[in-house]
Amino acid sequence: MAADQKSDPAAGKAATTVERTSDRELVVTRTVNGPARLVFEAFAKPELFKQWWTPASFGITLISYEADIRTGGFYRLEMGHPAMEQPMAFFGRYLEVTPPSRMVWTNDEGGEPGAVTTVTFEEKDGATLVVVHELYPSKEALDGAIASESTGAWPEQFEALDQLIVSLDAGA
Amino acid sequence: MVQFSTSRLDASFSALSDATRRGVLEQLGRGDASITALADRFHMTLTGMKKHVGVLEQAGLVTTQKVGRVRTCKLGLSRLAEETAWIEDYRRLWASRFDALDQIVEELKQRETGDGR
Repeated sequence: MAADQKSDPAAGKAATTVERTSDRELVVTRTVNGPARLVFEAFAKPELFKQWWTPASFGITLISYEADIRTGGFYRLEMGHPAMEQPMAFFGRYLEVTPPSRMVWTNDEGGEPGAVTTVTFEEKDGATLVVVHELYPSKEALDGAIASESTGAWPEQFEALDQLIVSLDAGA
Repeated sequence: MVQFSTSRLDASFSALSDATRRGVLEQLGRGDASITALADRFHMTLTGMKKHVGVLEQAGLVTTQKVGRVRTCKLGLSRLAEETAWIEDYRRLWASRFDALDQIVEELKQRETGDGR
């Protein structure tokens, strides 16, 4: 999959890129104008984190949030969106919290082993490159996440379509 | 989080509801083929096959390209297109997050300056 190098439309904002770097991996990058210790703080302090993780500009709201952000700690949050009847819950554990350079957390809401998110903070000239690396347990898991979210309220139909295409492929 | 229209899915399912069209997809899974070849393969008139291919094309399951007098059919790129759309939507989510994060970091920087650090 080609890298998406499009910059944000608003002038003066750094570009956010998302790339599917392999069957199982997504990588998000963005440079934030500030030292790594402050950017890390905004990730690692719940009262700061909840101010930006569910941006109102994207139409999502934070319904509940609790977290103990340290190695071995946990998080649990619920988000709402006008298109969703029920809030969506996200939860997992922090496998590593190393100020000011690295955080690793699990995404356990889907049951089974979920994706593991690693965020690294790299400071250069007063700005910080943030790299969000998401590793899914399998190609099917990432494909499934894309398909289910792509179709909103229609994941079952889409799964059925996928299975049909797979069976067509297998029959070829 | 991008929402695809149900009409799009309906088009896919109605395209797949016909045995000949499923056969055409299966055939194209083995390799690209012209409409004439497909018509021969399924013992149909050229007009009949054109209609079936049109339905598959409408649903995004098949793409066609005309080179000279021959129209070649291949499996569509709908899965790829969907993934591209999802990635762009995900990118917009993160861009919104980072824009909000910028403000928080800016406030933290000002707080430090205000503290005289």
